[in-house]
Amino acid sequence: MPSLDDLKKRIKSVKSTQKITKAMKMVAAAKLKKAQANAEKGRPYSEKMQNIILNLTKSINDPENAPKLLVGTGKDKINLCVVLTADRGLCGGFNSNICKLAKTKFEKILSEGKELKIITVGTKGLEQIKREYGKYVIKKFSFKNKKQITFTEAETIGNEIINLFKQNQFDKCILFYNNFKNVITQIPQAQQIIPAEKNSSKEKEEDLTSYEFEPEEDEILEDLLPKNISTQVFKAFLENAASEQGSRMTAMDNATRNAGELVDKLTINYNRSRQASITKELIEIISGAESL
Amino acid sequence: MSENFTVEIISPDKSILKSEAAEVTIPSYEGQMGILKDHIPLITFLRPGLIIIKENSGEKIFFIEDGIVEFSNNSLLILTSTAKSLDSLERNSIDAIIKSSEEKIRKGEIDDKERYLLSYKIDTLREINK
Repeated sequence: MPSLDDLKKRIKSVKSTQKITKAMKMVAAAKLKKAQANAEKGRPYSEKMQNIILNLTKSINDPENAPKLLVGTGKDKINLCVVLTADRGLCGGFNSNICKLAKTKFEKILSEGKELKIITVGTKGLEQIKREYGKYVIKKFSFKNKKQITFTEAETIGNEIINLFKQNQFDKCILFYNNFKNVITQIPQAQQIIPAEKNSSKEKEEDLTSYEFEPEEDEILEDLLPKNISTQVFKAFLENAASEQGSRMTAMDNATRNAGELVDKLTINYNRSRQASITKELIEIISGAESL
Repeated sequence: MSENFTVEIISPDKSILKSEAAEVTIPSYEGQMGILKDHIPLITFLRPGLIIIKENSGEKIFFIEDGIVEFSNNSLLILTSTAKSLDSLERNSIDAIIKSSEEKIRKGEIDDKERYLLSYKIDTLREINK
């Protein structure tokens, strides 16, 4: 049985933890609002970009000469995985979920006898992946000291990917990030960006309009595809940022509630033992008086 | 029947403009291009220049450096990361951009395509600052 003093200290410490988690929740909520708005504003651009590329792809008749970024190298030997995670912890399962998905994919790639290369963005993901797959990591990025991630950062990573591709360092590139659905649900996703994945179900819905191209299709694609890579990375960034805040908010909300429950329980314990000691003293006094 | 079509300018982080217009002039890669209603479907690139959007109520002008344009079903879509409304540009900042662009050309470490784009950029900006 802990003493009264111990219980008092315990209650105090839980209460101060609760204060911290509450503050973190509040901060996350404020940031979430901004990140969510950003993610939603960024969606049209990447979607429309995808659409244009889809339209372009349809009008290419000669797949042999099509840009490599679109159709791939024709091989499937080396896989490049880009894992986007947060730089900060205390956000529930956010980082672990991405890493879990990535690790299953890594295992699959390795068991199929293919080569694996990893680029990590964000320190938290690196920490989790390093342990098992450290030797496959070829590049690490971190934008810890940047307050807001802009298109420029996405471009850095996009250009890095394209450079590696041009040097024939990989055949296939997959992007891992959390898709922001709503505050409670974030879905970890693996998106293949090179070669561009064809969305077959979408193709059927759209009617085939023949476009006029200026300059030629190939030239447009040549220019557009690298841009699209950066755009997709940027989209992943925005979705990730919103997911991180959402995830942190829920996690901290839970923590605050748990702390509250713990305080209640401890307070009852405290009151009981206080009452017990009072009763004990009374008994002692009464029995002392009786013996006189 | 209205003679208008929808115009949208979207940048990676936000939608800059969404409105109806009667005519839009864009600086396409191979020359100025005017777009009216019922233009045939089109996909093209932009070089540095001005987008002029003629609405019923007046004109809106944007300066852009690059971008992609798609026109289909009477909706014009401009994807760009550099669109700036002309009103928001200041003389001093324009001068600074001109200077840095000229510097780049003088250094001569660029290919013909880039030189072509930069010279258009300088010309347009000079025109604005007149």
